[in-house]
Amino acid sequence: MAQKDQLGRRGEDEAAAYLTALGWRIVDRNWRCPSGEIDIVALDGTELVIVEVKTRSGRGYGDPLEAVDPRKLTRLCILAGAWRRAHRDVRARTTRIDLIGVLAERHREPVLDHLRAAA
Amino acid sequence: MSAVAPAVPTAPRSTSRAAAVALEGLAGRIVEIEAALTNQTPGLKLVGLPDTALREAQARVRSAVEHSGFEMPSRHLTVNLSPAAVPKHGSGFDLGIAVAVLGTTGTIDAEAVADTVFLGELGLDGRLRPVPGVLPAVRAAARAGRPRIVVPTASGAEASLVDGIEVVAVPSLRTLAIRLGADLEPVDVEPVPGPPPLRERSTAADLAEVVGHAEAVEALVVAAAGGHHLMMVGPPGAGKTMLATRLPGLLPDLAGEAALDATSIASLAGHGVDRVRTRPPWQAPHHTATEASIIGGGSGRIRPGAVTRASGGVLFLDEATEFAPSVLDALRQPLESGRIAVHRAAARAEFPARFQLVLAANPCACGQWQSAGGTCTCAPAARQRYLGRLSGPLLDRIDIRLHVDRPSAAEVRLAREEAPRVTTAAARERMLAARDRTAFRLRGTPWSINAEVPGSWLRHPDRAPADGAAASLDVALERRLINLRGHDRVLRLAWTLADLRGLDRPGRSEVGRALALRSSDA
Repeated sequence: MAQKDQLGRRGEDEAAAYLTALGWRIVDRNWRCPSGEIDIVALDGTELVIVEVKTRSGRGYGDPLEAVDPRKLTRLCILAGAWRRAHRDVRARTTRIDLIGVLAERHREPVLDHLRAAA
Repeated sequence: MSAVAPAVPTAPRSTSRAAAVALEGLAGRIVEIEAALTNQTPGLKLVGLPDTALREAQARVRSAVEHSGFEMPSRHLTVNLSPAAVPKHGSGFDLGIAVAVLGTTGTIDAEAVADTVFLGELGLDGRLRPVPGVLPAVRAAARAGRPRIVVPTASGAEASLVDGIEVVAVPSLRTLAIRLGADLEPVDVEPVPGPPPLRERSTAADLAEVVGHAEAVEALVVAAAGGHHLMMVGPPGAGKTMLATRLPGLLPDLAGEAALDATSIASLAGHGVDRVRTRPPWQAPHHTATEASIIGGGSGRIRPGAVTRASGGVLFLDEATEFAPSVLDALRQPLESGRIAVHRAAARAEFPARFQLVLAANPCACGQWQSAGGTCTCAPAARQRYLGRLSGPLLDRIDIRLHVDRPSAAEVRLAREEAPRVTTAAARERMLAARDRTAFRLRGTPWSINAEVPGSWLRHPDRAPADGAAASLDVALERRLINLRGHDRVLRLAWTLADLRGLDRPGRSEVGRALALRSSDA
């Protein structure tokens, strides 16, 4: 596994643990389809949340969340639709997209930044 | 693995505010800078009619904040410059934007700076750079009742020229943030130096150096005493420019608002300012100058033209006939009102333009017409066309018309034998005494020099010239040698001559002399 994938995996694990601690139910992880991949699908009460996790090992290239540009957000919306079509059995009133930035610096506790309802 | 608390609360944050000044001409208005965090991916958007230099503030502010030891907020920032409809130019808003941005993250106490005005451009390293027009901006902030203004270190002396507002000069964003409560170690930085101050003209050109030209020297003193516009016609090499450069030395020092205006104009033009300018300015644009360079203009920010830079001093147009007719006629409005309003589709700027006009021209294309020892080779029609390029309405506003010829050999010889010459210092004393008399006579009126007095006031029966001197004027009027406006100008000149001689009112000799100065064959 390449180093960057390892970092990403670690960030996603952190995010999943954080969401569980919030009381959300993790429904799916690393779901793939021809349009791309969803990091985490969770249920916040009755709302379905598509979570994109961005992990960085430092601020040298800016805030982790800055990497999510409008194009990426559009793609997340398409993926959200694809996931719902593929899982008609999961009942949820609404769907939203959250972003979680993970700053995982060396020898430090990772810091999470949760941006709700990014789209 | 433990869950970590989110770094940023999920509720949208409060907004943060700071203030800056948008300049339009010499007038400025306060611009409120609001910054608000919104729940979107990180970024910075600037709204409120910014120009290109201001839009680029986004990049400068971001870099400066990060190099000053802070982090940009991890949410989207919207920065609004209000009132949104007022056009804003330049980089002077950087500091205010940075302060508002730091206010949103709670780095500095946003409430404490709500009534403070911030001026300055940010370097990428977080140091503050001076911007042009600090003085008019500080005056505007003081007029708006703001108690405090923050400026770059290099502009501290300039900003302190304004009374009634506390000036804080800082070298960098970091230093300012520490003053405003940020928890950081101070770092010594070298302040960015400003442009070198514009030295005031020394009074090196003295009247005493003028050889001959006794009549012209006297005319200069009259022009200085009454604030009259002056035109000199004569062959090349007669000394027109040499005479004109000696006029500013004769004028009195600028005082009060006029001095602050002159200093503000120098500041707007990008010159360094360290003290109030008191000597009258001197502008001598080349005859290829465009209308915009003389009147003021430019796309985007409206810049002052030569008429404004000469305000309170002398505007000298050498080879006046070579100027574009549209440029010369554009001078009529400022000559009449002492102000110039420049209109653009998006904005309007008004500048002071109370200058004393000095025109110099050759009498004809070859320059020899009526000169001693010269032979004019121009056809009469060509000659007429030549000076005809100066329009009647413009010439009507010029009180003194002078024929300047080359000094003859006899005059030069006389001068060598130490004939008593008029020095600038002596002439200035006479001029000041005359101006005092004028001001005393005009007390209670809105005018202070003779050139400003309207004709209706001069023609009032109470102020008629002594011993029936008006008769010769009436004759000139009847013979159509002068029109009514010319009649008023002669009266005005006669009053200046009387003031110079210490008389209560002009008599026959003053009116006659004024007529000669006004209608001498030029």
